[in-house]
Amino acid sequence: MASTTEAATGRQGTEARPRARWTRNISAKIAAIPMIATALVVFVGGTIWTVVYSFTDSKLLPRLRWVGFDQYERLWSQNRWLISIENLMFYGVMSLVFTVTMGFILAVLMDQKIRFEDTFRTIMLYPFALSFIVTGLVWQWILNPQFGIQGVVRDMGWTSFSFDPLNNPQTVLYGLLIAGLWQGTGFVMCLMLAGLRGIDEDIWKAARVDGIPTWKTYVMVIIPMMRPVFITTLVIVASGIIRLYDLVVAMTSGGPGGNASQVPAMYVYDYMFQAQNLGQGFAASTMMLLSVLIVLIPWAYLEFGGKKHG
Amino acid sequence: MRVSKLTAVLCASVAMPAMATELEVTHWWTSGGEAAAVAELAKAFDASGDKWVDGAIAGGGGTARPIMISRITGGDPMGATQFNHGQQALELVEAGLMLDLTDVAEANNWKEIINPPSLLEACTVDGRIYCAPVNIHSPEWLWLSNKVYEDLGLPVPKDWNEFVASAPKVREAGKLPLALGDQPWQSNLAFGAMQIAVAGLDAWKAVNVDKNMDVAAGPEYAKVFQAAAEARELAKGSNVQDWNQATNLVITDQAAGQIMGDWAQGEFQVAGKVAGTDYTCLPGLGLNEYISTGGDAFYFPKLNDPEKEAAQKRLAALLVSPEVQVAFNLKKGSLPIRGDIDLSAANDCMKKGLKILAGGNIVPSGDMNWSPDVQKQAEDLMVEFWKSDMAPEVAHQKWVEILKSGL
Repeated sequence: MASTTEAATGRQGTEARPRARWTRNISAKIAAIPMIATALVVFVGGTIWTVVYSFTDSKLLPRLRWVGFDQYERLWSQNRWLISIENLMFYGVMSLVFTVTMGFILAVLMDQKIRFEDTFRTIMLYPFALSFIVTGLVWQWILNPQFGIQGVVRDMGWTSFSFDPLNNPQTVLYGLLIAGLWQGTGFVMCLMLAGLRGIDEDIWKAARVDGIPTWKTYVMVIIPMMRPVFITTLVIVASGIIRLYDLVVAMTSGGPGGNASQVPAMYVYDYMFQAQNLGQGFAASTMMLLSVLIVLIPWAYLEFGGKKHG
Repeated sequence: MRVSKLTAVLCASVAMPAMATELEVTHWWTSGGEAAAVAELAKAFDASGDKWVDGAIAGGGGTARPIMISRITGGDPMGATQFNHGQQALELVEAGLMLDLTDVAEANNWKEIINPPSLLEACTVDGRIYCAPVNIHSPEWLWLSNKVYEDLGLPVPKDWNEFVASAPKVREAGKLPLALGDQPWQSNLAFGAMQIAVAGLDAWKAVNVDKNMDVAAGPEYAKVFQAAAEARELAKGSNVQDWNQATNLVITDQAAGQIMGDWAQGEFQVAGKVAGTDYTCLPGLGLNEYISTGGDAFYFPKLNDPEKEAAQKRLAALLVSPEVQVAFNLKKGSLPIRGDIDLSAANDCMKKGLKILAGGNIVPSGDMNWSPDVQKQAEDLMVEFWKSDMAPEVAHQKWVEILKSGL
């Protein structure tokens, strides 16, 4: 209680000025109205609509016949859905850890005042310009046992060499991960690089004067200072992971073995459109929304609530 | 500026009906043989004075159907669209989005000529007819490579039991007994074919037509699951995705057999193989020579334009006409929907199909019996069962649960 009243009074303090601010830039605010309306109607309205209809037995066309939590019960009793969640968790954790660490290390390397930095930056960021569909198709070919890496190495003489992650249910997620990392790391690197460039040169000078080793400066000083960049990166990467769909469709379409690389978004699409069962698809997408919120709410709290920064 | 644009739009809307009526037709027939078959339909429609605007959607039915449905429900309907007859378009019909073709059907006497009559029943909702069937496809076929057996010095199996008995020798020779693609619907298709072959017609009908769940949970179906568990052992080591890649394993004699629909025939034909000498086809897996009569039909969304509606009805009548049926089905490799036409140009396997059709050994297809929702769930279960070590008893129990959800 105490903290909420505190926050309220704090906000009031800043709201004393906004009364004058309201009328300032009035034309810009009017211009923003269509955007705000679209956001409210399309995003918020659409979301509420989806959640509401997830409690109905809508088939091909939406209809309001309530069935309570039936769709959710059915969803959580489906093996395919449970496997999808498992796969996504594994992919998500691995992808988060590796993109952030690799992105940061690359950014640090780029920050050493190297020659041709622009060239390297462009090369590293290029994969991000490709859609997941293209990325997936490219890597499907690279990992193809007949034509890809395995084929090339075997042609060079190592005939026992075997590297075929996509056709083995145990390793298929690593195959997806390779493609995902290739695509996403460059982007994280650029975010991190911007963060590193935002660090005041004086910090470095002070650290050098005190004789602190470079690695220690990075770990103990620079990383804590880059907290906002890290949090933004985490949120962007995490929300990208939850909606993972096109990469899987392009690389494995959920296989091998039918289920080994299923993800929740595929379940949503298949049940909404192929099975003509909107209610079930809506229930699954509501669960996805829930997981996005679980990622977003702590972030919003850290960024906007609690102590002010900046 | 604005006025001239307006008048241009007005002129266009007035001028439109005066021209030959254009109808956009959407379908998912994009492979070589399929495209040639569609071209026959387009040719016939253009020759009759209207204009066929082709709206092919690549990627198969699973990709195409959501696009078609969202266009119809989203207020941008096409002139005509392909669906598999059965329950796929049922809700669109019930929502009043489809054109009633009953008068066309009566004028052309569809009730008498369409054989088997179950095809027309699948188009009928509350006594009105909403679609024009164009062909019959059946999934219950076993395709065998003769060469694999000749090399082993074995006779080519004549039914599923002989096939299973010969499988260990095929395996010893380093070949794959049964090719099975990775896509979920293929596992489901294989199971569907084994259902009617192993459980027999009576049990099949009790479950799929009369929806008797006691039979579904009973010993006949336990046998089917046992047989499927055996079959999945034979399919171990088959790591291809698409059905035609699996068919290709049989064509190139790397695999002994494949359970696939009669559309596989097109692949053998393109590869220059001859039915009977290079490959053998066994409808109903050779055990119970029954085929289910699924297939394709055209539905006509309501357009609220009398000119277009007349053209839609002309197209519906044309699709069922004898000339179009012969031209289309010979190219497509499918069976015609009427028994009164001459298909002497058909090959061995197609003739087997025609004979079964003429003998009346036919059953309704999965699309007619079960909703897409049930079929999708069954697909998910089947792919898991065929590709893992799930116990047949467990799969059997889950399968019955899925069927019950569709009652």
